[in-house]
Amino acid sequence: MSEQKIDGFELKPGFKGMASDTGSDQTMFKGVHWGKAMMWIFLLSDTFVFSCFLISYMKGRGSTIVDWPNTSEVFSLHVGGVPVPLLLIAIMTFVLITSSGTMALAVKYGYEKNRKMCGWLILATAVGGLTFVGMQVFEWSKLIHEGVRPWGNPFGAAQFGSFFFMITGFHGFHVSIGVIFLFIYTYKVFAGHYDSKKRGWFTKMKGDYVEIEILGLYWHFVDLVWVFIFAFFYLW
Amino acid sequence: MSDEYDNNKSYQAQSSEVLDGSAGSINPDMDYVRPAEIPEQDLYHAHSFIEKWIFCQDAKVIGVQYFLTAVFTGIVGLILSWLMRLQLGFPELAGFMTAEHYYQFVTMHGMIMVVYFLTALFLGGFGNYLIPLMVGARDMVFPYVNMLSFWMFFVAVAVLMASFFVPGGPTGAGWTLYPPQTILEGTPGSGMGILLMLISLSLFVIGFTMGGLNYMITILQARTRGMTLMRMPLTVWGIFTATVLAMLAFPALLVSAIMMTLDKVLQTSFFMPTILKAGEVLEYGGGSPILFQHLFWFFGHPEVYIVALPAFGIVSDLISVHARKNIFGYRMMVWAIVGIGGLSFFVWAHHMYVSGMNPWFGFFFATTTLIIAVPTAMKVYNWILTLWRGNIRINTVMLWCLGFIVTFVNGGITGIFLGNVSVDVPLSDTYFVIAHFHMVMGIAPLMVIMGAVYHWFPLVAGKMLHEGLGKWHFWITFLGAYSIYFPMHYLGFIGVPRRYFEMYDSPYMTSAVGMNEFISIAAFIVGAAQFILVFNIIKTLKTGKKAEQNPWKANSLEWYTSTVPPEHGNFGERLPVVHRWPYDFSVPGAKDDFIPQTTAPSEVANTEVEKT
Repeated sequence: MSEQKIDGFELKPGFKGMASDTGSDQTMFKGVHWGKAMMWIFLLSDTFVFSCFLISYMKGRGSTIVDWPNTSEVFSLHVGGVPVPLLLIAIMTFVLITSSGTMALAVKYGYEKNRKMCGWLILATAVGGLTFVGMQVFEWSKLIHEGVRPWGNPFGAAQFGSFFFMITGFHGFHVSIGVIFLFIYTYKVFAGHYDSKKRGWFTKMKGDYVEIEILGLYWHFVDLVWVFIFAFFYLW
Repeated sequence: MSDEYDNNKSYQAQSSEVLDGSAGSINPDMDYVRPAEIPEQDLYHAHSFIEKWIFCQDAKVIGVQYFLTAVFTGIVGLILSWLMRLQLGFPELAGFMTAEHYYQFVTMHGMIMVVYFLTALFLGGFGNYLIPLMVGARDMVFPYVNMLSFWMFFVAVAVLMASFFVPGGPTGAGWTLYPPQTILEGTPGSGMGILLMLISLSLFVIGFTMGGLNYMITILQARTRGMTLMRMPLTVWGIFTATVLAMLAFPALLVSAIMMTLDKVLQTSFFMPTILKAGEVLEYGGGSPILFQHLFWFFGHPEVYIVALPAFGIVSDLISVHARKNIFGYRMMVWAIVGIGGLSFFVWAHHMYVSGMNPWFGFFFATTTLIIAVPTAMKVYNWILTLWRGNIRINTVMLWCLGFIVTFVNGGITGIFLGNVSVDVPLSDTYFVIAHFHMVMGIAPLMVIMGAVYHWFPLVAGKMLHEGLGKWHFWITFLGAYSIYFPMHYLGFIGVPRRYFEMYDSPYMTSAVGMNEFISIAAFIVGAAQFILVFNIIKTLKTGKKAEQNPWKANSLEWYTSTVPPEHGNFGERLPVVHRWPYDFSVPGAKDDFIPQTTAPSEVANTEVEKT
């Protein structure tokens, strides 16, 4: 990155720049919005939550007394009588990753103050997220229909259902929270709250387009976590 | 001191540290501090009683709210410890108490004191009150989230207290909540009790995360002009590092609480192995109880330092102010805090030596545990060197600090015993362990809290606490605490196991009985002595001497607010500009024996002040 200036403070690249920022007064991350820094640190903490879940899953799967179910069979969809492994998951993953793309574009248009485009793209992201949650509901009900329960299942180790419902449920909860906020932000963008610096309903703080980037960080994180869950549950 | 300031140098690329003046000559540029790079904070001022005192967004009020709620839970914990000591010392007087009650008291005492009392008091109480004031901010960066944080904590406490009143009572599984017995029938409170405990812990973690984000961002991104990281009071460093630890350690607690809740409610078997109960195989099977222990202690050990690091930071400031000397080795102190924090994530399995593990694993964790003693010992030496040839004022605050150092060294040394696998195994689950951790993370941080209360009360309430009562409070607590925990080391060596309701006709009976009675009497007295402080506070608020501004002649920013007690927004019209660290005490050549952080270099150009 080329050298930048923030309020007369010259930002040097590389390690030297980091050391000089750290040694300076007022802020450590120069020019970074408070909310953005907060979201990064929250995500770091949340990473630890999901890491604990996934490490527990690895430990649990490694030490069961009964064999783990054959995941490519359990997770397959029957299309015209032929089982296609990973079909639903592939679509789900595709939808979620695509929504990350629309989110990134929404942030871009937000900073360009292109209210309409920004609003439509956030709405598209919200719809993508909602589709994902919907497909997860379908997957859950299919598995429940086949007899998979948190406390046991007909295919093998009981922990399969326990970990699957807990971890995908916890992730789905994150997605749902994100979807709710995406819809709220859609309204706020279309209503022009970020242009008029209207104060928030609860926090009474002035709105700004940086909020969309902050929500975007969360959304990308949720997608990234899904990639790990996908790898650990469906490909292992 | 020797480097000459080059007049032609451009300012931009420098941290303000380089720009300080050199001693002896007044230079027009020596007072330069970079202009503000963050806009003035947009504060929401309260409009009603409810907004001002209940759902308040001012970090200072939130700090006091945290403090009072934590003290309330602490008093509940204290009463539980009295009940336990009554049973251990005078079982004939405790006829109303069954073994189940005793286990419930042990559990609730532990959990309340560690999580809901000490953690909430240091981070929620002192953190909220002191961070914005000490770094020169108008408030926390997210006041609304900060308010939610307290109320989440309040609900967590309410849920915890509710568990005393549900059928079966609170959980009695020990504060470590080890499965499988925690959620199995036969353990007291294995129904609603444990469920409410897990819910309460989850709420606490969520609430703390909201607060922790505030503490971290305020310290990293909202310092005032001239306040570099290496000019922050050590209090802020301690609270900051503890918050980082909490943000990374509490996730493990949250995850283990969620998994155990599912084991309890949905009959999953995350932590539950195949269990034979009265000849019948239970529904559970295939889970790993050791997994819970790893998750719990991955939280549990950093938790010890979440409590200890703020205490280290605060005591450093108190000692420096009341010994009228700069803290010895400030940078070393900072790096020791950070180093202890980092190491604390690699020692957790030393709580699990008796759970069974690969000997090399035990070797690894013993090594890392003993390595932590190095930065910790550095800190102790630095406190002593700060006192050495200082102008020590033996007032109540200093007494608590000295009490802390002694107690902490004592508890730290027994920690070295327990860190070694071969010494730990015979001492595990004896009173030696009780003595160790009460000394090191119970009494020692509590001494700091007491010192901090006497130190900062004039700021919070604008009145001076009574010194005489404070000294009585200190001496009874200090001598009493030693009377309680010193004999416990001996009880541990003769093998008296902890968490036992009664000893029956075991061989321990003969030599332990008298000692148990003695310990119990001491515990009653020490517990009662804490109400001297409550009385002192009430009396002071009513009739106490009005405090002047900055009564201790300290340097840090919290004493230089526009009003005492500080109002919403802290510093009036203009934020302070910082030129130095907060430890310029007794500088040769200076007019007073202290130089506030806001004093410009040109005002003290003829003194031997060091560049910070």
